[in-house]
Amino acid sequence: MNFLQTLLVRSIYAIILLLAVLVLNFSMMHLAPGDVADTIAQANGGADAEVLEAIRTEYGLDQPFLVQLGRYIGNVMQLNLGYSFYYREPVTELILQRLPATLLLVFSAQILALLLGVLLGVISAQKPNGITSHFVTFIALFGYSAPVFWTGILLLIGFSLQFQWFPVAGMRDVTIEGGFFVKTWDVIVHLILPMITLASVFLALYSRLTRATMLEQLRTDYVRTAYAKGMPHRKVVYQHALKNALSPVITLAGLQFSAVISGAVLVEAVFSWPGLGTLAFTSIIARDTPTILGILFFSALVVIIGNLLTDLAQKLVDPRIGGIE
Amino acid sequence: MRHIFKDLMAATALASIVATASYADEPKKGGTLVTVLGSNVRNLNSAVQSGIVTGFPGAQLFASPLRYDENWEPQPYLAESWETSEDGLTVTLNLVKNAKFHDGTPLTSTDVAFSVEVIKANHPFKSMFAPVETVETPDAHTAVLKLAKPHPALMLAMSGQLMSIIPKHIYGDGEITDVKAHPRNNENVVGSGPFKLVEFKNGEHVILERFDDFFIDGRPYLDKIVMRIITDPAARAIAYENGELHMGAFESLPRIINRLKGVDSLTVTADGYGAIGPLDWLAMNTSKGPLSNVKVRKAIAYAVDKNFISKAIMQGTASDSTTGIHPDSPFYAAQDGYDLDLEKAAELLDEAGFPVKDGTRMSLTIDFGWPGVKPQVEYVKAALKKVDINVEVRSSADFPTWAKKMGTGDFDLSWDTVFNWGDPVIGVHRTYDSSNILKGVWSNTQSYSNARVDELMAMAAVETDDVKRKALYAEFQAIIADEVPVYHTNTLPYHTVYNTEKVGNPPIGIWGTSTPIDMTYLK
Repeated sequence: MNFLQTLLVRSIYAIILLLAVLVLNFSMMHLAPGDVADTIAQANGGADAEVLEAIRTEYGLDQPFLVQLGRYIGNVMQLNLGYSFYYREPVTELILQRLPATLLLVFSAQILALLLGVLLGVISAQKPNGITSHFVTFIALFGYSAPVFWTGILLLIGFSLQFQWFPVAGMRDVTIEGGFFVKTWDVIVHLILPMITLASVFLALYSRLTRATMLEQLRTDYVRTAYAKGMPHRKVVYQHALKNALSPVITLAGLQFSAVISGAVLVEAVFSWPGLGTLAFTSIIARDTPTILGILFFSALVVIIGNLLTDLAQKLVDPRIGGIE
Repeated sequence: MRHIFKDLMAATALASIVATASYADEPKKGGTLVTVLGSNVRNLNSAVQSGIVTGFPGAQLFASPLRYDENWEPQPYLAESWETSEDGLTVTLNLVKNAKFHDGTPLTSTDVAFSVEVIKANHPFKSMFAPVETVETPDAHTAVLKLAKPHPALMLAMSGQLMSIIPKHIYGDGEITDVKAHPRNNENVVGSGPFKLVEFKNGEHVILERFDDFFIDGRPYLDKIVMRIITDPAARAIAYENGELHMGAFESLPRIINRLKGVDSLTVTADGYGAIGPLDWLAMNTSKGPLSNVKVRKAIAYAVDKNFISKAIMQGTASDSTTGIHPDSPFYAAQDGYDLDLEKAAELLDEAGFPVKDGTRMSLTIDFGWPGVKPQVEYVKAALKKVDINVEVRSSADFPTWAKKMGTGDFDLSWDTVFNWGDPVIGVHRTYDSSNILKGVWSNTQSYSNARVDELMAMAAVETDDVKRKALYAEFQAIIADEVPVYHTNTLPYHTVYNTEKVGNPPIGIWGTSTPIDMTYLK
């Protein structure tokens, strides 16, 4: 199959997947008792009965389920994700405002976890029973098993309170004035703790997998041949063995992409990172159906694109993989 | 470089303070106050949106006719004076002459009339202005509210965030009922309050800056307010501690309050929330099963130890509350509590016809609407076990799930938190009024009905004599305490946190931070 054909098939799958995501979640949201009128009352500190009724009528919540679903899907078909019940803003606008912050966090955490994970994996694979290897395993498993919100708070207490190196929350300090570089630096400083927190979970996966595949590669014939030819150790490990060991790691990274996005929800909540995760969190709590569905829609899109990129990366490290199927 | 400059500025400032040492307590002008909001803001227009999160920015952007001091005395604000007619049916507001909106347009009585109309049509608390029939505007600076019946609750309803005067020339361009969805509610907001909007990024911050034409000369003292939105209480606590936040309000987690109390640089106080009036209580559904018997409800009150809740769960941060009115309110009349008495509880249950059979008297359920009050609910289960009542704890997936159960009476017991919102007519009546049974969350969800209570509330609502009004509410509180449709345990421990060395004159009145902070300054 050539590239374009594959892309077409993928797109059709993607549309079916997106529709399924929307219909399923719309139904699930509808099954839960109570609705957004209650959370609007909550934000108001109470509301009179007639106000609650007015909200339900305004948003069509008094209509039968199928009518509501049909209306929603009809709008999505016209690329209209609707208005947020809770914020009264167009959902697309709400999401696009938040998307960059989430992408920044997710990609930087993913890259950090990959780079560090692969490096640690390679190091520990060379002496699988050495102290370094055990240490790497310990650190990785610790990060993997600790809940992210706990890791986050721990890092905050350590590096924002004891040593006041990093700010506590948000993505920028609005009281700082300065040019582009000052502001970029400010965002980087804010990014570091959430990035480390999110990366800590995935570090374990990548380092363990790299360690395993590296061990396998180091036992193969071509590695022995390389050594026999007198190739230096470094070159054998990083240029030959690692290249072959990377393929499964990249596959895993692609598969984990959706997990990184969902992990971001909690990390964003702890660090008040103004991204999609915080929005998702508050919308779910507020029963803001259009916003939740919009976020799922965008997240599904990001995952689909992430998977496509993974396939391309596979091809890059291993030319034997033909098409991107 | 910036820091050196800052230090230099500080040194200069210090020098000037030393030079004018006699004025050390004078408020200082200028500076940026960094403060915090604990959740996302739905809407900045406090004329159509209630709630404490909107209240803080709302009260800075929009001015109201009155403000209250910490002794619950009304003070002039947009109205320089006011009078109520002998029959209580006419309330005249004499507006200040120099009030302007942030766009430079003068504020007139037309805006007051318009705002009342908007609030009546959109605000979630209908009882605030329901008796107001018309607002007459004999001249640009006089607004006359004509009432269908005397309405003493109007006084508190004209203060804080409850009566925001919004400009007609901006918000009056469509249907009155559409103002709640007006595009200028979150962008280019125009009010007449001490601060104007610079930027609102939901999920990040609200930035306000000094309005130079504010109608009170020389105020506000601050140049700028940055309200950061930080939803995680633990992260907020760290930010107070490391100095990133100068001030914050509505902190309610006992663990965090006590932790912050131990920080030298911070002052942590529970003062100033009387009109918000947040109360925690154990709600009992009086409409079905054993709980329809008042003796059973009393027995439960005797079996639940308030002391335990206060010491172990609230960790000493909350104060006792014995009625549906907040203890700080002038209408509060303390009632004798139900001190822990398991024997009396057992006796009452026997009398009510629930003897112990196979080791148990009855089975009840208990609900809760948010995870924070799970300890209370678990405690009630354990406490009632001691008088042989089986309690099953029912979790709700989220707030609306619980709200639905409450609003439809599908519960036996539930933990609940309800706010007074100023006058009892606004936030208290709704819980006990028999005409408000099962009308959604925080209505009379207990299905409580007592003709005398209804009568007392109806009388108090129109009683213009303060002393008589207090007497009516005292009788009301006594009946409620005796019939326990809800068992009042404690206040929700809202606390204000501020950096003692930096913040001068923090807002500690009756409305928390839902009040203009034009007198707050940075030291």
